[in-house]
Amino acid sequence: MNLRELYNRLKALFPLGDLTEQRPDLAFVTLPAEFLRPTLLHLRDRAGFTHLVLLTAVDWLEEGRFQLTYLLSNRSQACDIGLRVMIDRPASGLATMESIHDIWPTAATYQRELREMFGIDFPGSPRIDEEFILEGWNDIPPYRRDFDTLKYAEASYNQRPGRETRDPATHMKQQLYPGEA
Amino acid sequence: MSYVPDRSQYPAKNADGTLDIDLTSGKYLKLWQGPNHPGITGNMSVELTVCGDEVVEGKTHVGYLHRGFEKLMERRTFIQCFPIVCRICVPEPDFNEYCYAAAVEELAGIQSPVRSDWIRTLILEMGRINSYMMYLGGQAGAFGLGVIAQWTTYVRDLMLDRFEELTGARIYHMFIMPGGVRDGLPEGFDGRMEETLREMERTLKDVYEVMFCNAVFKKRSIGVGVIDPDWLEDYGVTGPNARAAGVAKDVRKDQPYLVYPELDFAPVTGQDSDIYTRADVRRRDVLVSIDLIRQILAKMPRSGPLMAKVPNVLHWKIPQGETYIRGECSRGEYGYYLVTDGSGYPRRVNVRGPSYTHAMALLERMIVNVNISDVAGLMVSLHTYPPEIER
Repeated sequence: MNLRELYNRLKALFPLGDLTEQRPDLAFVTLPAEFLRPTLLHLRDRAGFTHLVLLTAVDWLEEGRFQLTYLLSNRSQACDIGLRVMIDRPASGLATMESIHDIWPTAATYQRELREMFGIDFPGSPRIDEEFILEGWNDIPPYRRDFDTLKYAEASYNQRPGRETRDPATHMKQQLYPGEA
Repeated sequence: MSYVPDRSQYPAKNADGTLDIDLTSGKYLKLWQGPNHPGITGNMSVELTVCGDEVVEGKTHVGYLHRGFEKLMERRTFIQCFPIVCRICVPEPDFNEYCYAAAVEELAGIQSPVRSDWIRTLILEMGRINSYMMYLGGQAGAFGLGVIAQWTTYVRDLMLDRFEELTGARIYHMFIMPGGVRDGLPEGFDGRMEETLREMERTLKDVYEVMFCNAVFKKRSIGVGVIDPDWLEDYGVTGPNARAAGVAKDVRKDQPYLVYPELDFAPVTGQDSDIYTRADVRRRDVLVSIDLIRQILAKMPRSGPLMAKVPNVLHWKIPQGETYIRGECSRGEYGYYLVTDGSGYPRRVNVRGPSYTHAMALLERMIVNVNISDVAGLMVSLHTYPPEIER
């Protein structure tokens, strides 16, 4: 499948951003959040992109935005398209995005992880508020760029005191010939 | 199977779709399987709600192996990430190395040498055999056939010997670097590999006779844990789990990478989609891998560069971009999504492990109506590795 042709067809229907052709079989395109659902449904039902490969987020802290990437695959045509959705990134509190668990049930797992690791809420997604990996976490979501791992580690864990070190030659001399040392 | 569950025992559903389970009624019992349980691959737990000896609900809990790899990599240079990635999946680490290296090469505009591509393919196939051997032992063990695990561990160790002489390490090989591979094949490697492959074929024949022709294994695995082919797209099912359902999903054929277009093989498929079929697909897949290793050793070039020219790795900056690289590992589609921002560090690395979908959403769907004693066998039959769920 020619991804450029697919893009031109989609662009007639939805307000898409520019196409980034990474490889002949992989392209990325940005679109507004409100057009994600119809675009996903169109790609799944009309264009054969039936496999949700992954759903993940990229934190563009400097721009105050989260990038959500929905990567879809069309196996029969051997090509992939990545949909990028930019959403606002509140300095504190949760960002919000529409859930797609009804289109792909497996998306619920990805959304649970994003809720916990990036603080992006997907209202209505199954078990979205349940802990996924972290237990009793009360800091900011740890995969956000402004989460300082070093500071967290220093505050949460004790540094092990360094071991006593000796010069091997002097030490062995003392062990073997204590009188001469 | 003739077993028809008595639906009257099952809990009703609430308005929001959750099950109406009253634990104080005495009708249901919560049972935790894991995180440390002999029937579990790695540290993962399943919170079971049972009625009698039948599971009415199962919830997967992960988090026991979370080491924050993806976050760690955002603070490390591209070459510092290379020795980290293999640790994301212990039994089959090489796919992490390949996918990461290929993603970095693509965004940095580096072409790996042809000879290194052949060696990469060889290593990936060796790793696949290792992973399947671990699985076969686990699958048999879950149904009480403990001796199979001893046999498969023995031949897996022989393959680890080949890994050791090729890469210097048995588990984490750190061999597939961005740019190529670290070294060529040692002297006399082909002969020793052939001996290992023959021993493996002999053992697989024994495994077939003792495990796959065994009445106990057949009785407990045929017709149990069926994946409906309609679920494949809903739950992102790939690899042998999909191939056992009759769909020849195999990245090596669908979107060929490395030197797979030059190798002659066909994806192994099954029809019945139950535990037995999935185990059989994997057993036959080992035979395909053995054949592929023989083809690779016969066809690969023996001279030529092993590494492409890579910039000074201490000051290596990669232009802004994003890509996704996938490969067919022993569990299905393994992929790396890499985003760069023009700095010396990755902006984001996301690992797409097949266990992520298989062990969470799919397992929770499949585990309902299963007898408690079959939960371990069902879980192992999906061939999941928890570290790649949590990363």
